[in-house]
Amino acid sequence: MTKSKKPRLVIVGNGMAGIRTLEELLKRAPDTYDVTVFGQEPRLNYNRIMLSPILAGEKAYQDIILNDWDWYEANNIRLHAGDPVIGIDQKRGFVFSAAGRKVAYDKLLLATGSEPIVIPVPGHKKNGVITFRDMKDVETMIDGAGRLQHAVVIGGGLLGLEAAYGLSTLGMKVTVLHLAPHLMERQLDTAAGTLLKQELERRGLDIILEADTAEITGDDRVEGVRLKDGRSFPADLVVMAVGIRPNTWLARSHGLATGRGILVDDHMITSNPDILAIGECVEHRGLCYGLVAPIWDMARAAADTLAGSDGKGYQGSAISTKLKVTGVDLFSGGDFSGGKGTEDIVFRDAARGVYKRLVVKENQLIGAVLYGDTGDGPWYFQMIKDGTDITPLRGTMAFGQGFEEGALSDPFKAVADLPADAEICGCNGVCKGTIQTAITEGGLTSLAEVRAHTKASSSCGSCTGLVEKLIGFTLGDGYVADSGPKPLCGCTSLDHGEVRRLIVAKGIKDIPSVFQALEWRTPDGCHTCRPAVNYYLLCAWPGEYQDDARARFINERVHANIQKDGTYSVVPRMWGGVTSAKELRAIADVVDKFNIPTVKVTGGQRIDLLGIKKDDLTAVWADLGAAGMVSGHAYGKSLRTVKTCVGTDWCRFGTQDSTGLGVKLEHATWGSWMPHKFKMAVSGCPRNCAEATIKDFGIVCVDSGYELHVGGNGGIHVRATDLLCKVTTEEEAIEYCMAFIQMYREEAWYLERTAPWIERVGIDHIRDRLTSDSEVRIKLRDRFLLSQKDAQDDPWAARAKGVDAHEYQLLATIG
Amino acid sequence: MVKASTFTLVGQRDDIPRLGSRRVRTPAGEIALFRTSDDKVFALRNECPHKKGPLSEGIVHGHSVTCPLHNWVISLETGEAQGADTGCTGKLAVEVRDDGSIYLAIPSGMAEAAVA
Ligand SMILES: Cc1cc2nc3c(=O)[nH]c(=O)nc-3n(C[C@H](O)[C@H](O)[C@H](O)COP(=O)(O)OP(=O)(O)OC[C@H]3O[C@@H](n4cnc5c(N)ncnc54)[C@H](O)[C@@H]3O)c2cc1C
Ligand code: SF4
Ligand code: SF4
Ligand code: FES
Repeated sequence: MTKSKKPRLVIVGNGMAGIRTLEELLKRAPDTYDVTVFGQEPRLNYNRIMLSPILAGEKAYQDIILNDWDWYEANNIRLHAGDPVIGIDQKRGFVFSAAGRKVAYDKLLLATGSEPIVIPVPGHKKNGVITFRDMKDVETMIDGAGRLQHAVVIGGGLLGLEAAYGLSTLGMKVTVLHLAPHLMERQLDTAAGTLLKQELERRGLDIILEADTAEITGDDRVEGVRLKDGRSFPADLVVMAVGIRPNTWLARSHGLATGRGILVDDHMITSNPDILAIGECVEHRGLCYGLVAPIWDMARAAADTLAGSDGKGYQGSAISTKLKVTGVDLFSGGDFSGGKGTEDIVFRDAARGVYKRLVVKENQLIGAVLYGDTGDGPWYFQMIKDGTDITPLRGTMAFGQGFEEGALSDPFKAVADLPADAEICGCNGVCKGTIQTAITEGGLTSLAEVRAHTKASSSCGSCTGLVEKLIGFTLGDGYVADSGPKPLCGCTSLDHGEVRRLIVAKGIKDIPSVFQALEWRTPDGCHTCRPAVNYYLLCAWPGEYQDDARARFINERVHANIQKDGTYSVVPRMWGGVTSAKELRAIADVVDKFNIPTVKVTGGQRIDLLGIKKDDLTAVWADLGAAGMVSGHAYGKSLRTVKTCVGTDWCRFGTQDSTGLGVKLEHATWGSWMPHKFKMAVSGCPRNCAEATIKDFGIVCVDSGYELHVGGNGGIHVRATDLLCKVTTEEEAIEYCMAFIQMYREEAWYLERTAPWIERVGIDHIRDRLTSDSEVRIKLRDRFLLSQKDAQDDPWAARAKGVDAHEYQLLATIG
Repeated sequence: MVKASTFTLVGQRDDIPRLGSRRVRTPAGEIALFRTSDDKVFALRNECPHKKGPLSEGIVHGHSVTCPLHNWVISLETGEAQGADTGCTGKLAVEVRDDGSIYLAIPSGMAEAAVA
């Protein structure tokens, strides 16, 4: 083995603490070490906190990866994922791995996290008993939920409740068995614990308190759980979530000093000066932590040590917690166990379901429990950390910061007074100062940029509002309102993506159930959310969902375009822009018969009949239908036109039958509802007479085949297409087209055209799914075909026969 | 403003879908009748105070309707534009009797109803 010149750093544990230390180290002293990372889990470094949202169907694995392969590669880090370290030779400075690797170190960092506690009741080794710790557990639960009915979660703490909520959104019947007399007894007081229990029961969980498990029953596989008092509960899956213990095995068995965790000093150094330890596996000043906030502080200290700079070291952390169960707002921080010398300030608003308890000791806030309204959590928490003298605030502090400081008149008040080291984003451990520096030095102006540069607000999103305020505050007038996920509308705090995921995760198929399950703040939503939700249901459950005409804009409800004077315009389909004498004659007759004032050729090669009175619509359609014409969907968020040139049939430059292909495309895709209008074009040669490169999907025929273009737009912001790929046959072109449309239908937000969608997610993401993986593409195409099964009914014909007649007829005429 | 004098039968509540609306034509212009999700019935002149958009074609939510032309939100209770917009559409009194019949208050002189 050749000795490298750089000192060698080996990290054991590819989890949150180990890699965060590495990130901090790279910031301070890039390229100092030759780094090797061992990870027991066979995956990239991911955000463990987000396992709960994955289980609840609110996030996907890709969303929680913290560093991808490129990051490891770009920083020259060797990662051995799936290969745990099993031995340390402290004398000669080596580690050994299970796969037989032997790697020398100059500095060793142990970040082995913790292991879930499994209570050794009889039956705890049966099949179907699992813990909630890593991605593998989550996969087991998701997989089990698809097949099994009853889940029992043992433990009603943070993790247990998140697991229980996740399993119940996956459709399982879930019972939570909790030993203590109220839920989350380490974080909540009785009152908040009771409110939480009621809320979770309302969501369908069964919660049994003071439940002492005696035995897990069943043969090979679990069948139930029996309590000491004799009660028993059926279970196909048992999740043990009763606590964690620092994972000290490696350190302890090699003679490093350990207590409950691996003992470290303020510089994160263990009993061996070349070995550091960090994260949940350590014990610092007598304390072990089970949350990430302390880890970020520890990582800074460890990085200082590794970079050879002094720093003040790690001083211990005050911690706060939140429960990641959508729609349950719960916060607790500091010490609220009460006791001598403490006083409570309690605030309740039963009608709003709000409960706050502030624990005060010697004129300082030492603990806070908030339920139902947690917006002031960070404010209280900062006071706890700072030991602020609250004497002047005492009388009104329960009403929150807004009341206290007249925040209503100054929107930035909430962030203006925070000190630079106040943590804004808990998931990623980003503090105010870091964000402000990134903004001023990096010239950042939007939420998206701040997310990309600092990771703030890029995980659970609960701090998005604060980050936005901070951007506004830092930039003053230079602030351009952001483009990041925003609540869908005023009726909910969920954004488009969350609503979509929850609709799928919860299997909801009609609008009232969406509003109920996702806790809409209004009885029937509004004109913004109803059409969006209706579309998301349609896209998620083709053929099964309950369409709601009242959630559609008037154009889609009456299948014609409303114009400025309240009349309508009607555009029959002309497949690929081709028409005939018969069709033209029928149109001419309709124009005469109904006195239609304007006939105009549209930008999409069709004929628009403008100025039709609503009362005449059905009769106009009946006449057009008699000539074989169907609705052009010119009014819908749906497939509009397929513009074509004449191609090989007539043009001397044509290389392929562009007209024929356009007709085929239109026949394949008409009738499909989309997030927004969708236009296509086919040009027969690169002269591009059909302007295919400003369409949502465009094809330019060339000698050797077909160039497929996507994401073009002639709207307010003109955008030329990106080239997706080149194919050689018409069949392939059509297959890609359907797959692309389906991907757009499934991934874009409602009212987002392909151009902004592609700019948001990146063309590479689209290429990845459509071109590098034919299986993905074919599945998309198949889902498109499935949704088309019922879509290609001509709505005009149905209305001409009397469907929804009330839409077109007066209720009464008076006088 | 249209002044109420006679209540005239214009139809049944079930003729209007929940969260939907129907139009009634009168010599004083078109009237839009709305039925909300809590089964109340409201009547407004079928003209948005902004640029005369037909409110009957809007999306009904809560006790408001959003105009289909430029998304102004109009209160069904008062006829007034909500939020930052200002303007008012005429509101008419309606009564729904126990059997579900809807009576609309229209100015005197046009009391003979012709139920379509
Ligand atoms: C479901 C869930 C939800 C959570 N929610 C929150 C939350 O909302 N807020 C919060 O603050 N915290 C939360 N936590 C806790 C948080 O995830 C942990 O505090 C944090 O991940 C600890 O970081 P760590 O690096 O010390 O341990 P880990 O992230 O667990 O990383 C340790 C890694 O070391 C690996 N390892 C162990 N032994 C070896 C070995 N011998 N060789 C190689 N690799 C090894 C392990 O496989 C693991 O990948 C949650 C945890 C879970 C499980
Ligand atoms: S795009 Fe090419 S083939 Fe089509 S009409 Fe123009 S020149 Fe002819
Ligand atoms: S470009 Fe503007 S004005 Fe012209 S039809 Fe479209 S929306 Fe109307
Ligand atoms: S006409 Fe109603 S909003 Fe413009």
